[in-house]
Amino acid sequence: MENTCSVEPKAFINERQGSIIASGKSRANIHCADDSLAGSVSQRACVYCGARVVLNPVTDAVHLVHGPIGCATYTWDIRGSLSSGSEMYRKSFSTDMKERDVIFGGERKLAVCIDEIVMKYHPPAIFVYSTCVAGMIGDDIVAVCKLASEKHGTEVIPVESTGFSSGNKIVGYRAAADALLRLITPKDGVDVKKTKKLNFLGEYNLGGEKWLIEGYLQEMGVGINVAFTGDSSVAALKQAPGASLNLVQCTGSMHWLAMRLEEEFGIPSMSVNFFGAENTAESLRRIARFYDDEEIIRRTEILIEREMGRILPGIRWYKEKLVGKRAAIYVGGAFKAVAIIRQLRELGMEIVLTGTQTGKPEEYENLSNLLDEGTIIIDDANPAEIEKFLIEQKVDVMAGGVKERVLATKLGVGFVDHNHDRKECLAGFDGAINFAREVYITTCTPVWGHIRSPFNMEAADGSHDE
Amino acid sequence: MVIGVIVMLECIPRKAIDHTVGKINPAKTCQPLGAMYAALGINRCLPHSHGSQGCCAYHRMALTRHFREQVLASSSSFTEGASVFGGAANLKTSIKNIFEIYNPDIIAVHTTCLSETIGDDLSTIIKQSEVPEGKVVIHANTPSYQGSHITGFSNMCRGIVSYLAESDGTQKKNRVNIIPGFVNPGDVREIRRIVEEMGVESVIFPDTSGVLDAPLTSRYEQYPDGGSRVEDIRDSGNSKLTLSLGSFASDAAASLLQEKCGVPGIPLKLPIGLKATDALIMALKEAFGVAVPRSLEIERGQVIDTLIDTHHHYQGRTVAVFGDPDTVIALTEFLLTMGMVPKYIITGTPGSLFEKQIWEMLAEVGLTDCRVKADADLLDLQLWIRESPVDLLIGTTHGKYIARAEDIPLVRVGFPIFDRAVHPLMPIVGYRGCLRLIEQISNTLLERRDRDSTDEDFELVL
Ligand code: SF4
Ligand code: SF4
Repeated sequence: MENTCSVEPKAFINERQGSIIASGKSRANIHCADDSLAGSVSQRACVYCGARVVLNPVTDAVHLVHGPIGCATYTWDIRGSLSSGSEMYRKSFSTDMKERDVIFGGERKLAVCIDEIVMKYHPPAIFVYSTCVAGMIGDDIVAVCKLASEKHGTEVIPVESTGFSSGNKIVGYRAAADALLRLITPKDGVDVKKTKKLNFLGEYNLGGEKWLIEGYLQEMGVGINVAFTGDSSVAALKQAPGASLNLVQCTGSMHWLAMRLEEEFGIPSMSVNFFGAENTAESLRRIARFYDDEEIIRRTEILIEREMGRILPGIRWYKEKLVGKRAAIYVGGAFKAVAIIRQLRELGMEIVLTGTQTGKPEEYENLSNLLDEGTIIIDDANPAEIEKFLIEQKVDVMAGGVKERVLATKLGVGFVDHNHDRKECLAGFDGAINFAREVYITTCTPVWGHIRSPFNMEAADGSHDE
Repeated sequence: MVIGVIVMLECIPRKAIDHTVGKINPAKTCQPLGAMYAALGINRCLPHSHGSQGCCAYHRMALTRHFREQVLASSSSFTEGASVFGGAANLKTSIKNIFEIYNPDIIAVHTTCLSETIGDDLSTIIKQSEVPEGKVVIHANTPSYQGSHITGFSNMCRGIVSYLAESDGTQKKNRVNIIPGFVNPGDVREIRRIVEEMGVESVIFPDTSGVLDAPLTSRYEQYPDGGSRVEDIRDSGNSKLTLSLGSFASDAAASLLQEKCGVPGIPLKLPIGLKATDALIMALKEAFGVAVPRSLEIERGQVIDTLIDTHHHYQGRTVAVFGDPDTVIALTEFLLTMGMVPKYIITGTPGSLFEKQIWEMLAEVGLTDCRVKADADLLDLQLWIRESPVDLLIGTTHGKYIARAEDIPLVRVGFPIFDRAVHPLMPIVGYRGCLRLIEQISNTLLERRDRDSTDEDFELVL
């Protein structure tokens, strides 16, 4: 394929040069672990945010944010995780720290808050998140949680997600994993029965994705023990040690937890990917093989054949419209980036730009091998960089998160939401069709044909097509 | 559907237990968001968040969700070092980098809980920073453990005056300053239109029109061509009068302008509703000796006509209102004009002035059986509604849980609105804003009536 990179990618500040590479041209490792530069308009979120997105779908737990009000308001039900049971997780609890608490410490207030919440709601668990301010004034949330647990005989679990320790969400994923381990490790004398079922790590039930995959697995004859954490309950999570396999979907957030589950409970893990029809089929086959059961394998093949046949005409229709269009991807982690690359390729599209907020060096290496020579890869890009490449690369559609949406559309570039706050089911066979439709409607909306105002053609000619 | 509702019901405590500390389902957010929004109302300004990246990302995201527009803001990107040694070095580097990379005319720095807790002295740090010729750096302190996003907005407005406004000591110009408060860009446009119709020259700041409602041109403007110009804000010190719209968001800046530059200020309500719009026009008329043009008279008459045509749809119906204090105060006044019964009125922002003003308005029409609370949260509201319901809910997107659980229609007004579109462009201020509110309120109630009516009661003409 032709070299799609028309310009040498150039960073805007020399210090950022190491964060942008062109695939194939440079084997230099991308500096993705760099802290974002002071003064840059970074798209990065915080440690607390990372922890919260992982734990939030635990539906019957109270999620109490120990900090000033904002940290809680911004995370109030922003994730599209659906629940089949409790809606407790969709409420926003904050200790609403005031100046007094900052000066004298907020531990007492936190303790009272927990007491009142227990009295009101009797939740099976309370996750207590620490924020930057709580961390900085040195509140010992671990001690407060321990006392509260004993006092109320309920799980009060500290999530040590003080944000400033790193600008990186991955640290938050880890804090969440710690909290989950604390929750699921059986108390002395409690025995969790082993079953044939599997756990599904890194599945958040966005747009009902967990339910969809669960349907496939049931048809194959395999059951989900519990998902981490989509549509999960505290009681279900406690049964996690009883699984015989861990599926791991989002390596960024769940890899470490999978490792620990293997060490502690001897549960092996398997990476899966349900984004895109091909990926879904491949993952289902691997799961079937793990169980090494003729019946499961047979049913899996029937399922795949039927579903593939069902969606193929649709995919073909969209592909006709989309073939040759140019796409950019800027998402949270490399796992997702890889999945989207495959899907867009299945639709006949060309990938000209890829970037992530929190990729790891190996993942970038992976990405750059997967892509065509010259495709631009960026780490923690600022909007000016994204804008520059979108224009230079004449991108038709971009996959990204909420902060990229407007940037793309203002430039006349279509946009698909592929982050954790999306509302569409994009997993499995149905998801492949949904994804194709989303890409199609935004890339080919009739509105793009009307952008140029007919009144003043000279001015309009100055637009980005020059 | 039904299952969903039952589940939601379960999520509120069975009996009302007061929560004495903390917030459950807050009706406010933190100061820096307001400061960021105010800063976006300055032409070619980059808001800068002095703290860790996470906060900044959240504030931008929340604004983006409401306005469906790109919100640019930079961050000092605190790491552990800053929390130990202070953030001075981060801020100085930031300022240098920002002018180099993003080239704004002005940087508006606000603090976050983090830099406030560290105790960074921003005035001093800014004085020590390298600022290129012709560029400006201003700041406001915005600790979120006090007040709310409205306090932050007010603090940034004050910061704008404190750094920029100047009086050259000569005779004041025949011109009005308007501080429009935390409103949508469409509202600012409408306020400007009214002032122009009155034939009065004005400086409006902060002015987010043209920034957060910019057209799509397929050209990306890092700094869209909107917002108050720095030189105009400077010159506001030479205006004859300041009208501050909404006491919570705008009074602090107006009083500083009076103190610093001798520009007298008149505090007004946000011009939402008939009375408040009348008051704005009256103030301009009296101060500048201008006549009210026929066009505005016609608009006012249309509002009255519409109110009479529709009053039987809503008069006497009960309503719960929540949102930011200035919006809720003015809105309550209009609901009273409409003859509705605002039974529960809350704001998340602390401040006893809110309760006092609302009670005064209620007393005037003889309403006593209402509940009013500042520094409240949406659980408070839901528990009241559970005790005794209302016909209509008016407030932000966050009210949709109550609307669903209690089966009460919701009219979306205020900030934030994350689940509907076009609202940033559609004014609720002025006479046109009155028409929009009447339309929304009566249509919502009529939709409801259609939905609930039996076949026998189903009417074509309402
Ligand atoms: S730490 Fe403070 S400034 Fe940051 S999001 Fe939380 S409340 Fe807002
Ligand atoms: S204070 Fe810390 S935890 Fe809260 S939003 Fe800011 S970076 Fe995140």
